[in-house]
Amino acid sequence: MKKLLATLLFGFMVFGLAAQSKSDLPNITLKNLDGESVNIAEINNDGKPFVMTFWATWCGPCIKEHNALSDVYDDWVEETGIKIFSVSIDDARATAKIKPFVDGKGWPFEILLDVNSELKRAMNVSNPPHTFLFDGDGKIVWQHTGYLDGGEEDLYQEILKISK
Amino acid sequence: MKKILLIAAVMLCATAAYAQDILSGGKVSGSFQVDGNYYWEDKGIDITEESLDGQLFGAYGFGKLQYQLGNFTAGIRYEAYQTTPMSGFDARVKGNGIANYFATYDNGTIGITVGDIYDQFGNGLIFRTYEEWTLGYDNSLRGVRAIFRPCDGVTFKGLYGKQRYYWVSYDEERGLVRGIDGEWDLNRSINALNGAKFKATLGASFVSKYESEKEHVDGDIKYILPQNVGAYAGRINLGYGKIGLSAEYARKINDPSAFNNWIYREGQELLASLSYSQKGLGMVLQVKRVDNMSFKSMNTALRNDLDIGFIPPINYTHSHSLPSMFSYSTQPLGEMGMQFQVNYTIPKKTLLGGKYGTKLAFNFSQVNDIKRNPIKVDGVEVPVYEPGTEGYDSPFFEIGDRVFYRDINFEIEKKINAKWNLTLMYINLHYDLDKIEGHEGAEDVEANFAFGEVIYKINRKHSVRVELQHMWDNIGENYDIDPMHPDFYVKRGNWAAFLVEYTIAPKLFFSIADKYNYGNPISDNRDHYVTGSIGFIKDQTRIALSGGRQSQGLVCVGGVCREVPASSGVSITITTSF
Repeated sequence: MKKLLATLLFGFMVFGLAAQSKSDLPNITLKNLDGESVNIAEINNDGKPFVMTFWATWCGPCIKEHNALSDVYDDWVEETGIKIFSVSIDDARATAKIKPFVDGKGWPFEILLDVNSELKRAMNVSNPPHTFLFDGDGKIVWQHTGYLDGGEEDLYQEILKISK
Repeated sequence: MKKILLIAAVMLCATAAYAQDILSGGKVSGSFQVDGNYYWEDKGIDITEESLDGQLFGAYGFGKLQYQLGNFTAGIRYEAYQTTPMSGFDARVKGNGIANYFATYDNGTIGITVGDIYDQFGNGLIFRTYEEWTLGYDNSLRGVRAIFRPCDGVTFKGLYGKQRYYWVSYDEERGLVRGIDGEWDLNRSINALNGAKFKATLGASFVSKYESEKEHVDGDIKYILPQNVGAYAGRINLGYGKIGLSAEYARKINDPSAFNNWIYREGQELLASLSYSQKGLGMVLQVKRVDNMSFKSMNTALRNDLDIGFIPPINYTHSHSLPSMFSYSTQPLGEMGMQFQVNYTIPKKTLLGGKYGTKLAFNFSQVNDIKRNPIKVDGVEVPVYEPGTEGYDSPFFEIGDRVFYRDINFEIEKKINAKWNLTLMYINLHYDLDKIEGHEGAEDVEANFAFGEVIYKINRKHSVRVELQHMWDNIGENYDIDPMHPDFYVKRGNWAAFLVEYTIAPKLFFSIADKYNYGNPISDNRDHYVTGSIGFIKDQTRIALSGGRQSQGLVCVGGVCREVPASSGVSITITTSF
């Protein structure tokens, strides 16, 4: 009987601990550009902050934002070790096009395909572009909707604040 | 007794701890959007007191709440489309209430969802439920879904339910939808292929709808209907280094409906693509063939109502205001299309690449009708689409003569230095106004567009963006119009447009834009559409205020299009999330 109780208690404790996840990343599986499945809850940057940005091929400001981030990316990585995960919310019409599109533009980000807006809904994104900054534990520390020319600098200021 | 008490005590403690967990460990998030419009009379574009009908104010919005605790997630969405004009929405969206709710438990091996489900099998050819707020579109499935992942790389899904049909009660008549899907990612499930250069994923799905009616009566003709309509699809994705190949093929048994004029032909669809890409260069070729693939959970439904399957359009999606007035929408009854796209970046530090590289893009897409030959019934040839027959015969590889849409475009984008950025684009467009917008007998649009954009960065935060566009139409000012059909000419003739935007990153933007249909064949239609906007962004909150004239046209997002009437007024949009 005691054993059973102990087991029960232990079970609840484990469940409680498991429930108190510190991450803001939902348990959703998307594909990357190689067709491999990626569980969003597991993405990280080895304990360092990372960025997640939502975009679409038909979204002009998103392309501008990505071009701007692409221009400064090498410097940012060198300075802060940041990593950018870029989530395309294009639907099936563009699935086959994203890889050539991204490669053709020379974007260096880790691209994920959210073909039915599952992650977009879970992250409460209304319209692209929408950018999140996560700390090393996967907690959202900053987010921003829309992109205006030069806006990447404000993101960088936020990154600097949390990277030591 | 003691035992029971003890267990009860432990349970109570555990529950208390658990309840505390719900408060401390769980996470509440959500988002809101509110749109308000105030319309006014504008005789220049025929908006009169009568056409407004006293409804000057339109408001709509939604609020979404989500709760997550470990593997458990639940959410609700409240929608309110308060008043009728809501420029461009289907009148049936009017209403308010909790449109959507769900609860999911997913531990990685097993996932169960009850409530309103959004999902997609493969490319969505035979099953896709989604919502697009900006279009007032939602075909979510209310029911149950189970996901089972027995081992790494293998996923099975099964679902069952009824689709959302605006605000019509779920108790009222419409079909049941049932589906299963399986996907096998070879690289994840076979150790030898883990991390291999060769990538492969296979998938297959089966979807069936059930409707209780056994017949459809039209006058004295009675059509016997299949109560269960099955559709199945298979897909493959292959990759080897820089090369990618993917294909999906779907078939559907006979499914007579109001949409296909009650013909008994089977449906089929093929979507395939081949791509090559390396850093700095990407190429993709896509082909598609659709034959009688409208698949709805109510056989009398029309337009975009109650679609179970999704037919991805494969043409280029234009975002500039003049070409986007001529957006293609897919033809579920039949189309054959292809698209070829190249993206290339001229490397940095070369003569043409300059300091930052030069980005080039080329796109060719064309969509034709399929070929339809008449069939014989009891030895007698019947007209194509004769109700009650198989409708027609269509050779798989023969392309129909009628061109619905063709788009050839070329874009060059160049960052000249830290201050200047230049984008130029040329588009040649063929657009079947009759087929795409239903203006029967209207002449096709054969147009050329030029687009230029300059961005000047004044300093780190301040930028000015100027956009110029022009459209040359094949119908000019002196065109001999058909006076019986003024609707043929609403957006015809030459257009010129400009936009000036001043932005202060990351918070503020102001813009003023004009579209001028100076070459319209009807002199009364030669109107200016001037709009001004101002917006404020703070983190995840965005407030935008705009005023002026909106031109009539097609607004398309994610494969669904909606006709927006001309309007005049002010509107405010607020979005936020937490």
